[in-house]
Amino acid sequence: MSSFKEFKIKWGMAIDLDKCTGCGACMVACQAENNIAPQPDASNKLKSLNWLVVYELTNGKPFPEHEVAYLPRPCMQCGKPSCVSVCPVIATEKNEEGGIVSQIYPRCIGCRYCMASCPYHARYFNWFDPIWPEGMDKTLTPDVSVRPRGVVEKCSFCHHRFMQAKDKARVEGRDPNALNDGDYITSCTEACPNGAIVFGDVNNPAHKVHELVKSKYAFRLLERLGTDPQVYYVSRREWVRRLGDNYLENEKVKG
Amino acid sequence: MDKNYDLPIDAALFPEGCTRCSLSKFLVWIAAVMAVFGWGLYAAFRVLSEGLGVTGLDDYFGFGLWITFDLAVIALGAGAFFTGLLRYILNIDPLKNIINLTVIVGFLCYSGAMLVLVLDIGQPLRAWFGYWHANVHSMLTEVIFCITCYCLVLIIEYVPLILEQKQLNRNKLVHAIAHNFHLMMPLFAGIGAFLSTFHQGSLGGMYGVLFARPYIARDGFFIWPWTFFLYVLSAVGSGPVFTVLVCTIMEKMSGKRLVTWEIKSLMGKIAGTMLTVYMVFKLADTWAWANDILPRSGLTFDQLFYGWIYGKWLLWAELFACGVLPAIILITPSLRNNRTLFYTAAILDCIGVTINRYVMTVQALAAPVMPFDSWETYAPNWAEWGASAMIMAYAALILSLSYRYLPVFPQEVKLNK
Repeated sequence: MSSFKEFKIKWGMAIDLDKCTGCGACMVACQAENNIAPQPDASNKLKSLNWLVVYELTNGKPFPEHEVAYLPRPCMQCGKPSCVSVCPVIATEKNEEGGIVSQIYPRCIGCRYCMASCPYHARYFNWFDPIWPEGMDKTLTPDVSVRPRGVVEKCSFCHHRFMQAKDKARVEGRDPNALNDGDYITSCTEACPNGAIVFGDVNNPAHKVHELVKSKYAFRLLERLGTDPQVYYVSRREWVRRLGDNYLENEKVKG
Repeated sequence: MDKNYDLPIDAALFPEGCTRCSLSKFLVWIAAVMAVFGWGLYAAFRVLSEGLGVTGLDDYFGFGLWITFDLAVIALGAGAFFTGLLRYILNIDPLKNIINLTVIVGFLCYSGAMLVLVLDIGQPLRAWFGYWHANVHSMLTEVIFCITCYCLVLIIEYVPLILEQKQLNRNKLVHAIAHNFHLMMPLFAGIGAFLSTFHQGSLGGMYGVLFARPYIARDGFFIWPWTFFLYVLSAVGSGPVFTVLVCTIMEKMSGKRLVTWEIKSLMGKIAGTMLTVYMVFKLADTWAWANDILPRSGLTFDQLFYGWIYGKWLLWAELFACGVLPAIILITPSLRNNRTLFYTAAILDCIGVTINRYVMTVQALAAPVMPFDSWETYAPNWAEWGASAMIMAYAALILSLSYRYLPVFPQEVKLNK
């Protein structure tokens, strides 16, 4: 695996799984914000596009001990992304201050090697032509490019909002590389009715997320594989944390 | 000179001293091949016009039948570079009697794989980005470079055989070009061996570097995961016997002896030796995977298998029935020279390498990594089978034409007197 840059700013999320009700508002907000085309038949979930998916987790116990949790899964924007080094045409990079893994649609050849490399299934392929029913094209977000058939796409942490926040800071005479907490948040963060998703600069002590990721109940998905995700989850329930990674029978869960 | 009207109408084009079936019989065969080709062409048209949504591939199985097919034929086509290496660089002279066929089979495997790749990538018109925007860290970049370069080498190796066609070769210039190409052949055999070794390895490396996919992730040496070396070895351990099997099918279909048993046995011995070396490393690799990589990832051996479709039987079949067993048969002279055992071993060997490419491609993607994720299954649909069948038909067509009109087998005349 090739080495990756370290960044001064590291945009990240802390998702409190004990607050998430699985309502799916984050998924809907993401679809609308990021111009994900409606599909005539989305019944095959393995062929439909969702940059963010809410998984249902259970503790596997029968009633009355049965418990569920919901886990929203955006792109993890890994610190050591398995997808970046494998792309043959540099269509995906981790190169910009903030650590967001980019996806360059006009560069992607659609080989899907990045999808094979991602253990989170965060990458999606455009199996069909994106078609907006008449009138729905008016709902497109102007700052988000639409993608053609045959390329891979994924969550960008609403990168256009990052650009807008920096522009706003410049106009107001502030440093675009020192955004305040809340200046830049993703659409899923904004849509979550319970405030389960907190977004910000993980490296900045002035941002709420900085504190949250230090919680002893915080964990990241598949940490032991070495992908170093920038998305953190928080749960006080041990069984939920245990589902965040693969553990051998005798191994203890973090936190 | 009186004309012999009993000969097929195109007899003047046949290799010197060789007989062939009637043209009408040949055309019936070609019509059958073209029917399959037409079906595949329709599938290819649907894929290119409507997109990959018409295939059975999905977001879990971005790689499927086509990539398995590509990896398998590229491994089985390794007979070309390895036999070329032994014939031209190490001067194992008897191999000259089968080298032409290895070149044709290699060319068909590589060009066929490239045709499938055109369908398999979502943006075929951007295929050249692999050169223009090459990512030097990606094993796939190396594969793109080496496969295309090696395909060119195979074309260069195939050209003199075409120029040696009886009527073409009467032209002095063509004759001189063919002769000079032959003189340069050791150079191209060397280049071919270099390119082919690297991309066979890179195909394996492509999987081994996927550190977040414990089913296929491997440690390795410097930048190369162990799968890099395993793919080279498994290819040279199966490619030569695949060529022998193609030769034997051609013998059965034409009713003629084309290559002596000694040559086939020699190819079997070469493949068997390499297969034995491969199996030693493959068994060690499997042991290290189960006892180091998996526990390190928090997984157990049993968790990487699922039901019948991705069951352990595939691993045992690959390792023992289609690995250790054919290796023993092919390296033991008394067993190898029993023709039934020889052909059984050759078939098992080719099945083994195909299972390996299949599980590394499909089972690797089927296995969930997130604990709350589930196993998914994949079945190719008609469009994928159709396009693959098109490549098989293309190979059958080129082989049929080459056999009928080109001097592919130097021993044919002597063996059929």
